[in-house]
Amino acid sequence: MTAETTHPTTDTVDDDRRNFIHIATGAVALGGVGLFAWAAIDQWNPAADTKAASALEVDVSKVPLGGEIRVLIGGKPFFIRHRTEAEIASAAAVNPDSLRDPETDEARLRPRDDGTLNRAILVTSGSCTHLGCVPVGPAQGNTGDFGGWFCPCHGSHYDTSGRIRKGPAPRNLPVPNYRWVSDSVVNISL
Amino acid sequence: MSGHESTYTPNSAFERWLDKRLPIIRFANDTAISFPTPKNLNYWYVFGAILAICLVIQIVTGIILAMHYEASVAGAFASVERIMRDVPFGWLLRYVHANGASMFFFAVYIHMFRGLYYGSYKAPREVLWILGCVIFLLMIATAFLGYMLPWGQMSYHGANVITSLFGAIPLVGESLQTWILGGPSIGNQTLQRFFSLHYLLPFMIAGVVVLHIWALHVPGNNNPTGVEVQDVEKDTVPFHPYYTVKDGFAIAVFLILFAYFVFYAPNALGHADQSIEANPLVTPAHIVPEWYMLPFYAILRAITFNLGPIDAKLLGVIFMFAAIAILFVLPWIDTSKVKSMRYRPVARQFFVGFVAVCFLLGWCGAANPDDAVIKSLQGEASLVVSYTADGALATSTYKGGEEAYEAARAFMASLPAAAAPSLEAVLAPTFQFRHLSLILTFMYFGYFILLFFIGLGEKTKPLPESIHKSVLRPHKAKTGNPVPAE
Repeated sequence: MTAETTHPTTDTVDDDRRNFIHIATGAVALGGVGLFAWAAIDQWNPAADTKAASALEVDVSKVPLGGEIRVLIGGKPFFIRHRTEAEIASAAAVNPDSLRDPETDEARLRPRDDGTLNRAILVTSGSCTHLGCVPVGPAQGNTGDFGGWFCPCHGSHYDTSGRIRKGPAPRNLPVPNYRWVSDSVVNISL
Repeated sequence: MSGHESTYTPNSAFERWLDKRLPIIRFANDTAISFPTPKNLNYWYVFGAILAICLVIQIVTGIILAMHYEASVAGAFASVERIMRDVPFGWLLRYVHANGASMFFFAVYIHMFRGLYYGSYKAPREVLWILGCVIFLLMIATAFLGYMLPWGQMSYHGANVITSLFGAIPLVGESLQTWILGGPSIGNQTLQRFFSLHYLLPFMIAGVVVLHIWALHVPGNNNPTGVEVQDVEKDTVPFHPYYTVKDGFAIAVFLILFAYFVFYAPNALGHADQSIEANPLVTPAHIVPEWYMLPFYAILRAITFNLGPIDAKLLGVIFMFAAIAILFVLPWIDTSKVKSMRYRPVARQFFVGFVAVCFLLGWCGAANPDDAVIKSLQGEASLVVSYTADGALATSTYKGGEEAYEAARAFMASLPAAAAPSLEAVLAPTFQFRHLSLILTFMYFGYFILLFFIGLGEKTKPLPESIHKSVLRPHKAKTGNPVPAE
């Protein structure tokens, strides 16, 4: 060993300069990890095609009177019910204050462009507000005690306006975002 | 133990060469051959080795199944059927993998109860215990993810129930749920990410198992007396051949049980709804998880009341996660200095009760919460007429046999049509599974709270002086003089 190989500045390390380098290096590495984490986490969010599939136009004129059709939008079930005059009357006759989740029948319908309501067509979510089962309806031959839907999982009864009347479910079947595109077509979106 | 000297002497020139570069033979020798192990370990201590075998079986069969499985909504169910019918020995591999999950949990529960009984979570083994809890959590996650892959009815709707739990979290819940599912509901993207993670997690388990064994080998094994090793010569025997042979025998017996399920009752632990392809529009009447999740499912459903601003659903989720989280802090909850329940007569009785509570919670988890626990105590049903009067809902109740039905019918006929009367049989109030679940949930948590208080003031039995004294017979009787009974 010669004197040349000994580090001449060993005794005079500038701690500030060294800390600056450490912190700056760490910050760059952390920033890189953070930016990658953003991408890695965000890629789990709904993809553009999944989002695009989250709206559907339905021709309601095909729904038979007294019956319903069921559609899946983004994997979620929805009911479109063509109600009879008696069913509309029984939905309107209920005093909302007596309900678990008070809502009038009008509040559960969406107006057409001219501001009028089509009381015959009811659009609701098809998953029970209790645990997400799909209730049975007119097509399955069981409409529950109140003429609407019956959830076979834990016995929730919904009326002809999709409101919870009896059983464990806490809320009415939610009404999705939808609008009348024409007199016979609705656009339902999530 | 960390203190024990290496007994390995490299015999060949190659071993000496390798030992200087990568002392892997030395490491294997010190870890699995000469490792000093308490000489009094009983058969409850064989489940660690059994679990290692379980993990290997699951990884090997799982990797093979992944070669035939198709992670898509359109093809998953059919690809599993193809494995069962067309792939050579596919039925065997899949039944081993499916039943292997059950056997894995069966072994891990015994392993955990063993640790609880002999106080293996106490100083100096807290980190060892916590790593075990991490493995248990990873096992639950892996099992849940894997259960979704066959894309049966129970896969889909079970995953729906569990992922909706995240939706119960305030503020972020809904976006968290959407993030996990990758869309508004379970779809192709969900199946693909669950498959990817189901493949990943077992290797993370393997990694934590390495840490678990490392943390075991620093303080060394606990043992049924809970007394630490004082004299390595007298208190321990080398791991090989003593425990390799004992563990090997236990593994053979365990594999016989495993084989019984695979060959004679491969679907006994499964659910019939899993044989139906997933259909989002039809929910099975009764959604239940696999048997090993039932106690936690019972706790989740036991909470049906709101607590202040926390609603019942969120509270159930909190209790379910707390049931596992409490295990992590157990080393600091249990105040007793004595490890083994052998010397804790009071705590020991509560331990037996705790095991019973866990089994009963499993029973509740499998039952319909509204069913009567004891059917014979269910009282007579009454007939209730519901109708609308002045816009409000009114009811009228009838009890008895045929006359009650006639009376109810007559009453309904007397009402105007606008009243829309309906008739229903209502069961008399009785002791239901939801009530039993709630009681058992409090008993589950109560056990841990009791451990805190019992430890403060309990009178324990005298501990043996050492491990070897506890296994050797006292010499008094050999003197020849009859010793009067104490």
